[in-house]
Amino acid sequence: MIPELGNYALVLALALGLVQSVAPIIGARTHDASLMQLASSTALMQFVFVGLSFLALVVCYVTSDFSVATVYENSHSTMPLVYKVTSVWGNHEGSMLLWVLILSLFGALVGVFGNNLPSVLKAHVLAVQSWIACAFYLFILFTSNPFLRLAEAPFEGRDLNPILQDIGLAIHPPLLYLGYVGFSIAFSFAIAALIEGRIDAAWARWVRPWTLVAWMFLTVGIAMGSYWAYYELGWGGFWFWDPVENASLMPWLVGTALLHSAVVMEKRNALKVWTILLAILAFSLSLVGTFLVRSGVLTSVHTFANDPARGVFILAILVLFIGGGLALFAWRAPMLKQGGLFAPISREGALVFNNLFFTTACLTVFVGTLYPLALEALTGEKISVGAPFFNLTFAPLFIPLLFAMPFGPLMAWKRGDILGVAQRLITAFGIGIVVVAVTFIMEGGKSVLAPFGLGLAVFVMIGALIDLVERVGIFRVPFSAARQRAAGLPRSVWGTALAHCGIAVTLFGIVSVGSWATERIIALKPTQTISLSGYELSFDGLVQRSGPNYREAAAKFTVRDAGVPIGVMEPSKRSFAARATTTTEAALMTRGLSQLYLSLGDVSEDGSISVRLYYKPMVLLIWLGAIVMALGAALSLSDRRLRIGVPKAAAKSVPQPAE
Amino acid sequence: MTRKQRRLVLIGASLSVLAIAAALVLSALRDSIVFFNSPTDVADRNLAPGTRMRIGGLVKPGSVARGENLRVRFAVTDGKTDIAVHYQGIVPDLFREGQGVVAEGKLEPGGVFAADTVLAKHDERYMPREVVDALKKSGRWQEGEAKSAGSATK
Repeated sequence: MIPELGNYALVLALALGLVQSVAPIIGARTHDASLMQLASSTALMQFVFVGLSFLALVVCYVTSDFSVATVYENSHSTMPLVYKVTSVWGNHEGSMLLWVLILSLFGALVGVFGNNLPSVLKAHVLAVQSWIACAFYLFILFTSNPFLRLAEAPFEGRDLNPILQDIGLAIHPPLLYLGYVGFSIAFSFAIAALIEGRIDAAWARWVRPWTLVAWMFLTVGIAMGSYWAYYELGWGGFWFWDPVENASLMPWLVGTALLHSAVVMEKRNALKVWTILLAILAFSLSLVGTFLVRSGVLTSVHTFANDPARGVFILAILVLFIGGGLALFAWRAPMLKQGGLFAPISREGALVFNNLFFTTACLTVFVGTLYPLALEALTGEKISVGAPFFNLTFAPLFIPLLFAMPFGPLMAWKRGDILGVAQRLITAFGIGIVVVAVTFIMEGGKSVLAPFGLGLAVFVMIGALIDLVERVGIFRVPFSAARQRAAGLPRSVWGTALAHCGIAVTLFGIVSVGSWATERIIALKPTQTISLSGYELSFDGLVQRSGPNYREAAAKFTVRDAGVPIGVMEPSKRSFAARATTTTEAALMTRGLSQLYLSLGDVSEDGSISVRLYYKPMVLLIWLGAIVMALGAALSLSDRRLRIGVPKAAAKSVPQPAE
Repeated sequence: MTRKQRRLVLIGASLSVLAIAAALVLSALRDSIVFFNSPTDVADRNLAPGTRMRIGGLVKPGSVARGENLRVRFAVTDGKTDIAVHYQGIVPDLFREGQGVVAEGKLEPGGVFAADTVLAKHDERYMPREVVDALKKSGRWQEGEAKSAGSATK
């Protein structure tokens, strides 16, 4: 009964979606306010029905209703409750339902909180949002229905892929989808602007908070995915340049460019056409990502199942929305009015620089990800493009971007003074150089890359802080005045500085791990010890244990730092009977910002084991940096919320006292 | 500067960044990609020793021999041709005789493959796609295997 209700709710959402796809547009054409108003209610109701549908699926999983095909395929009655819930989206069908749930959530949010939008714009945005939703409802109902029943209900399920039986599955996909799907709003706004043929600074002021929300979730989502891969896959890497990772990185890169170009549009009414294009591209790349992951073109942990019909359907959605969006852009964009002028050396110019490098970097990732697929389709030759390719293309493009980063916020609008800015950054530059020199000497001149990387990170961080220091005037004016100024500073300025610091923090972690991580791979017997980077680990023996749906062999290690015991590490091998699979559970020990990482290899009958031991100095900075970036976005967002709805004209009508 | 000049500066800058990126991509594509070969390809193509590549197939049953210091020797087969592989390190959880495997490394002068990375499949339900294709090419692919390798849903 419950699966049928879930299915029915989804069909109802589709029906509402179809109404919402058409009615508001007719309303906008005929100036019928009630038809336009309708969209807000249908958007909310769509969310309610998709929510009910999702809830129905959760109930199927929690009650282990194995008469439902996807529950049988991906669940097991002995799994802990949390995994029963997360396995809802640990498979293709359920994850698509989560996708549309988030899509309808964003639609509903625009419906509810978009009261300050011009009614015509709002009607168009919600209609476009509904086109996307309908395409995906149809996709789910026709090719990936999670509610299909089996003719005979089996007694037991086939269990969730053990790699996915982890708390990471509860966090990573929902966050990533909030980011991916969040860009649909920017897309809908862009299409709506093109349909109307007009766009102004106010448009950017509405789009920016939505883009910020999406970007914030995408940043954390990617970082959490990276951390999950780091501890779950057992070889200590945090980024593999795997096509699926690239699929999430591409919307992030273009989304970052969009965030910055929207600032120019909002403040200076320039770069309109470009911003629209980025809004279309950001969501297009999210769709490309969905296609790559869901179509089975790629094989990876993320590809739950391959079914050509699904690939073709998603490809059709892709062609329809990306092709349609770009065609509409080509047709309508030339009609948009030109914006304000600016000199190449100016804040606008710096943001254009940012956009140029972000989009080009995205292009290299795009080529590296799709070239193997294209080559195989054309010549049958199989190649793999891995880290060396991206180190040679992506990194050289990102370095000038990072170097230019502190300059941007210090530059004046319209016409900037690059020498003046360079002078203000001289402290940061000096400290950066000192860091380069000190690291170079401490390392004994072994490499140039590490000192340079650390110096760059420090330069970026201090550069971001200098902007704050100058605005607050902390070293120039009395403390109380500085505090007042700090409180008066727009939160978006704090947000920018924080997000830029976050990048520096991540860079610091990447350079540190990349240059100074140590590792040992060794076979050892009980009572033997390994030492690495000043830590000594002694193998105390193997313990056999059983968990709710697995058995595990855990190796017990006592860790000593300079002879003093500091704890126990227990890496293990788990074997899951339902799937006849084993997984490796690495043991992590956090020391400050660094980690010891121990992962178990083969276990022999005579009690000897092989292990991988890594010492990862300051590895946590990689993900902390992402969290700092997201906090920056959140801070910026809180500023926007206050500002939206405050009419700009009111501020202008109050004459400012001359300073 | 006029609007036109500014636009020219902008377009010039964009084109030069794009040109640099294109040059980087092309040179990286020449030097840093790795080709995939089946054991039969390796035998047929007379590949020069020292070339970096990936090979894939099944771990030949009975061929796995473990030595001191985590050394492993095994043979990769596509049913037609075998190639001897040696590797030092920890093999993945799902590395088993008779199962699909992909190894990356260099071909040594004696025709032995020195692997520095060994990848096995992620779970019991599918095989690396390269392996499936290599087996199909050598005619050793049976539809019965497709069930375990291909789709996970019925």
